Amino acid sequence: MNDQSAYRTDMIAARQAPDQRRGVVGWLRANLFNGPVNSVVSVVVIGFLAWCLWPFLKWTLFDADFLGSTRADCTGDGACWVFISARFESIVYGFYPEAARWRVDIVFAMMAILVAWLAIPRLPYKRWVGLFALVGFPVVAWILLSGGYFGLESVPTRAWGGLMLTLVIATVGIVGSLPLGVLLALGRRSKMPFVKAVSVIFIEFWRGVPLITVLFMASVMLPLFVPGNVEFDKLLRALIGIMFFWSAYMAEVIRGGLQAIGRGQNEAGQALGLGYWQRTGLIILPQALKLVIPGIVNTFIALFKDTSLVLIIGLFDLLAIIRAGLTDANWLGFSTEGYVFAALMFWVFCFAMSRYSQYIERRLNTSYRT
Amino acid sequence: MNEATASDTRTGDDAKPMIEIEQLNKWYGDFHVLRDIDLTVAKGERIVICGPSGSGKSTLIRCMNHLEAHQQGAITVNGIEMTRDIKRIEQIRRNVGMVFQHFNLFPHLTVLENCCLSQIWVQKKPRAEAEKTAFEYLERVQIADQARKYPGQLSGGQQQRVAIARALCMRPEVMLFDEPTSALDPEMIKEVLDVMIELAQEGMTMLCVTHEMGFAKTVADRVIFMDQGQIIEQAPPAEFFNNPRSDRTKLFLSQILGH
Ligand SMILES: Nc1ncnc2c1ncn2[C@@H]1O[C@H](COP(=O)(O)OP(=O)(O)OP(=O)(O)O)[C@@H](O)[C@H]1O
Ligand SMILES: [Mg+2]
Repeated sequence: MNDQSAYRTDMIAARQAPDQRRGVVGWLRANLFNGPVNSVVSVVVIGFLAWCLWPFLKWTLFDADFLGSTRADCTGDGACWVFISARFESIVYGFYPEAARWRVDIVFAMMAILVAWLAIPRLPYKRWVGLFALVGFPVVAWILLSGGYFGLESVPTRAWGGLMLTLVIATVGIVGSLPLGVLLALGRRSKMPFVKAVSVIFIEFWRGVPLITVLFMASVMLPLFVPGNVEFDKLLRALIGIMFFWSAYMAEVIRGGLQAIGRGQNEAGQALGLGYWQRTGLIILPQALKLVIPGIVNTFIALFKDTSLVLIIGLFDLLAIIRAGLTDANWLGFSTEGYVFAALMFWVFCFAMSRYSQYIERRLNTSYRT
Repeated sequence: MNEATASDTRTGDDAKPMIEIEQLNKWYGDFHVLRDIDLTVAKGERIVICGPSGSGKSTLIRCMNHLEAHQQGAITVNGIEMTRDIKRIEQIRRNVGMVFQHFNLFPHLTVLENCCLSQIWVQKKPRAEAEKTAFEYLERVQIADQARKYPGQLSGGQQQRVAIARALCMRPEVMLFDEPTSALDPEMIKEVLDVMIELAQEGMTMLCVTHEMGFAKTVADRVIFMDQGQIIEQAPPAEFFNNPRSDRTKLFLSQILGH
């Protein structure tokens, strides 16, 4: 009929992928109002949420008082955030002497810079910054916070408190429990019976006791065992207890990751002549840790929130200092504001960790296919 | 006269076996996997090991770089006797390259990093030099253009070629292959076999567990047939395929060549 061949000789040119973005209206239409039933469900759910949230928003924002310095400034029906702003300094610094608070500020700033530097992939010299964050920074932070050197006025840890104390405990807990957890997890899988036994006993002991008991033992029982004249800082004892406690959890999370790595990976490393620590550090751990990022961050978040338990041994962390403020005779009756604010502070830090972990997971994902 | 000396030294060198296995026995618990294995592999020799599933082929070649420990007998690789001493084992492993059925590439590292890792950490080479060597071998297995990709982005055949390059980067004296093509789709088997054939023609000492009888016929100097942990028969491929002596070999050959 026609003389065109039944096959084509040229390739069909590549075309642009169809545009998937459709703007807000497009999104709403595609996700909430794609059909009569879904539209009704959407309207009902949105209405219900608004009905639930409205009083809360009214109380926290629209009817709330933000400005002022005494309770007399709170005239509305809503929250009295003046309570928080008036006590803000003590919420952040605890009982830290006012004249020395610049030292805390420096530590905060250093920590923010270090965390940002390590968290933003584009910035260079990661290895050196990381090394400083792990070795140099704790020393500098300790000298600045506790003083006693270079003419800095000494501030005993019992004066530490508030957000600053929460961050100190959380940072030490996180930075200490991860490497310790890695070692314990490796130890538990070790072929050396002694190492294995020690790891198993350590993990099972610390995982089996409630954190409150650990803290209580650290503060009350430990001094009974050490000679009376040895001064062993209460905060330090709590830090060690928290670190050991969470490293046991961490170890089990990491062990899960180690178990998910096939035997072949280790064998390939062996066949190439790599030693145990090289295989572990270069091949096994990078993969295992990546696999269990959600579990690790989950543990970090739990750790962060449970720092507030130190209040039972008389340390005034963020939550404890806010609670202490509730008993202030000038500010009776503002416990809701106090707890909501404490919750918000904890939530901000935990949410940031969660988001960052998701970002890192996406970034490290190299398994495009299995 | 000079020539004679040169060839004499070469025969002297060739005479020293690359791998020497004497009276090797191995058990898994009570299960006797390898029984009285005697095997000598000369330098430059290419050996194909075949046999039914579970006959101990993998176990045998994994003993040669101590991925499995043996209980009795002696293994000497390139003049170094295998003991339980980890230093000595690692010394042997540096001379022995291994390619696995499931590639076992490191998925968190790029192709290039896979090839450089052991050069940098075992041979202590500077990174630039390691990368140069890596590219040299990636070029040879014709995959240099994928050097910056991750293993997960490559096809099975490509991954296996990278695995071969990774092993070659250590410039091993011997290469062990454990069923390198049996996890691959048919159309990818050839690209891997071609690389292996080329390697064999360059004079690499090779031990290869495979059921690719075409490969055995093309390159092998000797085919070894194993069953139930023993070496039943070994012969040059022509003899092995045309007139096998043992009944078990005949049965095995009829099963894999029969259809
Ligand atoms: N770690 C182990 N523990 C106990 N038994 C094992 C172990 N590894 C292998 N075996 C057994 O030893 C025997 C030999 O195994 P091997 O893997 O060497 O066989 P193969 O000849 O390579 O077989 P295939 O062709 O299926 O790969 C098999 O019966 C297997 O079940
Ligand atoms: Mg096998």
